[in-house]
Amino acid sequence: MKKILGISILLAVVCVVTALASDSFLSGYNLENLVRRTALFGILSVGVTFVIVTGGIDLSIGSVVCLVGCGLPWLLTKHGWSVPSAVFAVMALSAGIGWAHGLLITKLKLQPFVVTLCGLLLYRGIARGFTNDQTVGFGTGFRSLRTLATGQIKLPFIDGFALPAPWVFLLVVAVAAAIFLNRTIYGRYLLALGRNEEAARYSGINTERMTILAYVISSTLAGFGGMLFVLDVNSAQPVDFGNFYELYAIAAAVLGGCSLRGGEATILGVIIGTALMQVLRNMITLVTTRNNIEFAIIGAVILIGVIADELVKRYAVRRRAARALAQETGGG
Amino acid sequence: MTAPLLEVRKLIKSFPGVRALKSVNLTLGKGEVLAVIGENGAGKSTLMKILAGVQRPDSGEIALDGSPIEFRNVHGALRAGIALIHQELNLADNLDVAANIFLGREPLKIGLIDTARMRREARKFLEAVGLVVDPATLVSTLTLGHQQLVEIAKALSVNARVLIMDEPTSSLSSHEAENLFKVIRDLKSRGVSLVYVSHRLGEVRALADRVTVLRDGENAGDLERDEIDHSRMVKLMVGRDLSQFYPHVPRKPGEVMLKVERLQTRAHPRYALSFQVCAGEIVGVAGLVGAGRTELLEALFGVMPAVGGVMRIGGCTLAPTSPREAIAAGLALVPEDRKKQGVILEMAVRENLCLARLRRDHRLGFFSPGGIATLSADMVAALRIKTPHDRQVVQFLSGGNQQKVVLGKWLALKPKVLLMDEPTRGVDIGAKQEIYRLMEELADQGVAILFVSSEMEEILGMSDRALVLHEGRLAGELARGALSEEAVMHLATGSERLSA
Repeated sequence: MKKILGISILLAVVCVVTALASDSFLSGYNLENLVRRTALFGILSVGVTFVIVTGGIDLSIGSVVCLVGCGLPWLLTKHGWSVPSAVFAVMALSAGIGWAHGLLITKLKLQPFVVTLCGLLLYRGIARGFTNDQTVGFGTGFRSLRTLATGQIKLPFIDGFALPAPWVFLLVVAVAAAIFLNRTIYGRYLLALGRNEEAARYSGINTERMTILAYVISSTLAGFGGMLFVLDVNSAQPVDFGNFYELYAIAAAVLGGCSLRGGEATILGVIIGTALMQVLRNMITLVTTRNNIEFAIIGAVILIGVIADELVKRYAVRRRAARALAQETGGG
Repeated sequence: MTAPLLEVRKLIKSFPGVRALKSVNLTLGKGEVLAVIGENGAGKSTLMKILAGVQRPDSGEIALDGSPIEFRNVHGALRAGIALIHQELNLADNLDVAANIFLGREPLKIGLIDTARMRREARKFLEAVGLVVDPATLVSTLTLGHQQLVEIAKALSVNARVLIMDEPTSSLSSHEAENLFKVIRDLKSRGVSLVYVSHRLGEVRALADRVTVLRDGENAGDLERDEIDHSRMVKLMVGRDLSQFYPHVPRKPGEVMLKVERLQTRAHPRYALSFQVCAGEIVGVAGLVGAGRTELLEALFGVMPAVGGVMRIGGCTLAPTSPREAIAAGLALVPEDRKKQGVILEMAVRENLCLARLRRDHRLGFFSPGGIATLSADMVAALRIKTPHDRQVVQFLSGGNQQKVVLGKWLALKPKVLLMDEPTRGVDIGAKQEIYRLMEELADQGVAILFVSSEMEEILGMSDRALVLHEGRLAGELARGALSEEAVMHLATGSERLSA
């Protein structure tokens, strides 16, 4: 909880600073855009959280986004598939990718980093192959399908701001994820095996199946996010669509309090982390005239965040150990 | 005795959640063999690690030749002439014998390793320990006994005056052990002092000039050469007569609970193991390190599935391929490595206690937080787990209380057969007795218990019957009446005659 408080304060500070420095930050258009981006990236971040909880990593998210982002318009416009079958196909493909990652990691005992790094290269390469590096898009068609991402929900009593539709999806995904992680035995198993895989297995937990599940969730949500991304922007360039998105997702999860060692995660923190990333990017565009330092600023902020977190944690552990010892010797 | 070579005064060392050494004194004369004995958790290993510079004490003094010394690390201790030979040997087995002896101190010639000289010098030290091997032999091809001699040669090569040996015979055959004793006596006659840590009281009687007994991080007493006998040592170690320390009361065994038929473990597939454990019976499994004791339990529990054979529990016959199947059949395992396999250190007591039980108690995958709180509170009370509250992270509990959490996790499932691997390793003497008492209570309730232990006293004190393994083979079975240290060691070392 303390962690969420810390990052919320950081988010608020960045928002206030940006609002003071730039008039357009609080404009309805900018806020709507910001919320939409946060929602889209949030779906990816929630997905990767499940993998990070197991102590693994998924580097293939951006490429899955690309594969789905190019595949969906390609199936719809170039091959004339119906909307339901095309959506089903890309989602099944995403889930299948996660399942394959999970199998390779648990059954063949390959390292998650290696498996998903190969995935990163593989899926982007495939997307560039079948599109022949040509931009694919919906043109002026598929309006109703595109409202999934571009739609707006007017809020009562607030003028000039409408809630973007992806926010609803994020809400559903996040609430389901939080309940799954904190209230079901499977969530408990994931947390346990992320902390200590061996002890979890000795306790009768099917750790392999749970790990596979985590990768399926990550890839499926990456695919779902990819679909919304392409519906939002209308077209996708296979060369750079979704580039670095896995790193944004992982960074948001780490900012939000996930430990890459596994076993630690709060969904709310991850979403606030995502929002922080997006506000930072927004700030760089609005306040500075130099977009090219974006990575440097984001990198520095994340680094400072994790260093501060580690220092606070060390201090807490020392204090706790001292207290436990005092009790042990005092209470016999 | 003349002025002591090594003197330790009021040594204190704490770890998070536990005081390993409360105040320990120790003296060692020149050319003396001092045995340091004590139960698991008495503080022997911590004391040895401090002497060898592996760990630093919180307070206290160490004096060598009358002048106080302080080591920052192992190098400091080695420079002062104190070398530790670990229970698990610290050799780089991908290098040859000479390279290991001179690791970190390689003789150089124009900046490159002078291999010829290194091997020449190594031969000298190998002779001193009576080991006839080519210094260019890869360490991985040597037997454990020979590897140990290489470690001793390494210690001699830095002119060690004090040699600390931690459980040196725990993985040696009786022949190798006897050879080691010969080397020890030889070193002693050359003025090297030895600190000898062992659980094997027979060896201590045969080797030691003096015995220092530790109990619960404190000195329990010293024995001079002519006072060293088995019952005095045990009495000092456990603080009372043996019969009072081990609460074991033999009871009439019930029906057969676990029947193991021709089980072949993956580590020793050549031998098929068959035995049975009855309800209310406590069966000990003894043997040297590497005899296949842990492998037997892991095969039964499905961690390392057996390559052949089956077991029968109640009505069902199975050869589990995962702990899940074993648990479903009514088995539970308190594993050897508590921190890696037993508990999840970073999780709360409550979450650990409920981990195995969740599978049974959920509704559509959802667990009830209230149910978990009740179960956890019951277990904390029943096992008298000392923790401020059950939200405490297990990491900060003492070893004994962590072990009780592991037990509680399984008792919540009401197992038919409880497997325990070194159930009292690294716990203090109070918790140890509580664990013994729990074992008795469970046996009273009709649970069949099979436990592995390296502590002779524990095997002798707690078993109704003992199975003794030797290099993967079931070397013999001893009923309570026939149980003795000599009988167990005879079978465990696979020897024709009694050793030591």
